[in-house]
Amino acid sequence: MTLKLGVPSKGRLMEQSFDWFAARGLTLSRTGSAREYAGAVDGVDGVELVLLSASEIPRELAAGRIHLGVTGSDLVRETLPDWAASVAELAQMGFGHADLILAVPVTWVDVETLDDLDAAAAAFRARHGFRLRIATKYHRLVREHLRAHGVADYQLVDSQGATEGTIRNLTAEAVADITSTGETLRANHLKILKGAPVHQSQATLFASRLADWSDARAVLARVTSQLGIGQSDSIPPLL
Amino acid sequence: MSRAEDISAALLAQMLDAGAQRVTPDILQPAETLLDLYGEDIRARAYVTHDPALGEMMLRPDFTVPVVQAHMADGAEPARYAYSGAVFRKQSASRAREYLQVGYELFARDTAAQADAEVFALFARLLEGHALRPVTGDMGIVKAAVLGLSTTERRRAALLRHIWRPKRFRALLERMRGQGPLAADRAALVDRLRAAPVAELIAEAGPQLGLRGADEIAARVAALLEDASAAPIPDDQAQALEALLSLAAPARAALAQMRGMGWAAITPALDRLEARLAALDAKGINTETLPFEASFGRTNMEYYDGFVFGFLARDDLPPVATGGRYDALTAVLGQGRAIPAVGGVIRPDMLAALEDAQ
Repeated sequence: MTLKLGVPSKGRLMEQSFDWFAARGLTLSRTGSAREYAGAVDGVDGVELVLLSASEIPRELAAGRIHLGVTGSDLVRETLPDWAASVAELAQMGFGHADLILAVPVTWVDVETLDDLDAAAAAFRARHGFRLRIATKYHRLVREHLRAHGVADYQLVDSQGATEGTIRNLTAEAVADITSTGETLRANHLKILKGAPVHQSQATLFASRLADWSDARAVLARVTSQLGIGQSDSIPPLL
Repeated sequence: MSRAEDISAALLAQMLDAGAQRVTPDILQPAETLLDLYGEDIRARAYVTHDPALGEMMLRPDFTVPVVQAHMADGAEPARYAYSGAVFRKQSASRAREYLQVGYELFARDTAAQADAEVFALFARLLEGHALRPVTGDMGIVKAAVLGLSTTERRRAALLRHIWRPKRFRALLERMRGQGPLAADRAALVDRLRAAPVAELIAEAGPQLGLRGADEIAARVAALLEDASAAPIPDDQAQALEALLSLAAPARAALAQMRGMGWAAITPALDRLEARLAALDAKGINTETLPFEASFGRTNMEYYDGFVFGFLARDDLPPVATGGRYDALTAVLGQGRAIPAVGGVIRPDMLAALEDAQ
């Protein structure tokens, strides 16, 4: 019986995932033409490679259609409600680092921390009659972060791309976005708020808690031993 | 009909017998009012949908707001309303997304103590025989204590704004005592802001961007510099406030303890509590044993601003019934007009589940 392993289907994330597994004696490869999303696994019997968009991997894990999957920890936390009930983290893979941060215009010399952002939001709402707008596509992560820190009088507005431009376009006053170097932020005259980021993301190997493990469990034991990661008791199936 | 629906119908009938008029708010409510009141918290909890003509709509997350709106539009005074029906909330894991609520709301002027007692005594009677633990509290006392702190108007307002977020409230109070990490961050920021006139600092930082203008930034910088020279909130007052917030005792004993603090600022609020306890006694509630917790209602009951109460089956479950006074909410929804109001809701599904468990 086979264990299905989902890996990003293109780009640096795919290459780095292949490298990570190869360094641990598991050779993943694409088969067929360069455009065909089929793959093969050498090194352990019984593993089937499924190439998917990184953004679809959380959903496939939660649906139990794949047993293991590589994707950003930010995507799992953002996409899956109560994510820890659906998936378990097997290994942080040490690449694909990106921070989800909050940023405001550099001219906001009075705002450096969430404490300041909260106070500025209260004054903004009193002045303009609506809540201070934060543009993001990471609604769940940002809302939970702001709630945990007791920030009020803000609203999230959806931005699926070019988020840094929303402030110039007057559709938001602040942004929450992924950054690795901060260059795009600086180019758009924005500064990152001090303190811990909303989330520090990296590529992570996840196991589905909801997949059918009845036959795949033995394969999982071989994979985890090959990869040199401890097989946690919290890995499925618990149902 | 399910058992919960039977219970719901019976409770509603008793509320109508108690003199209430039945109201039936729509399931689909305009999202704007609710979003404006509760912000992102409600977006995370309520189902939002879109209507081509009416814009963003919400499956009603509670009845209170539409009942208040209906009353403000064309209600006589005093008025008693009862309602029952499903409410919809996004939940994690296994909790119900759609569940029944039966509620009672009383709008009346000049008789706050009697109105509070009427609602609580009605709920106590309706829930008799269910082995629930009642809890009462009073957000009015907490607010009076904050307003009584010897500090600036701006600091009192900042604390009041976060009264429903205990963690944030504590961090703010700590900063205003000149302690903790927020105070250190603030001191460093103020040092930088003192280095040059604000117009210069803004010009140096970069090009002006977005809707929040230089005048707004300058106004907050002025407020920060002014705040930096305010004296810390005195230790004895901060400690008295903490002691008040952690108070939990039978109502009469709690009243005596709070009187014993000798805190003039909360005396009027304590007088109101005493009047309420007398009105509860008159309704046959034993206030010698009735539990009082000063911080009850400080989380997720944001619109209550006076008397609050709950009936709990277990501490790890949501309360079977909750209620309280929400005078300020009627002012917000009445656009200037306001009427004192108190009410509460019961969750029949939880009563049915309790019966099953027995």
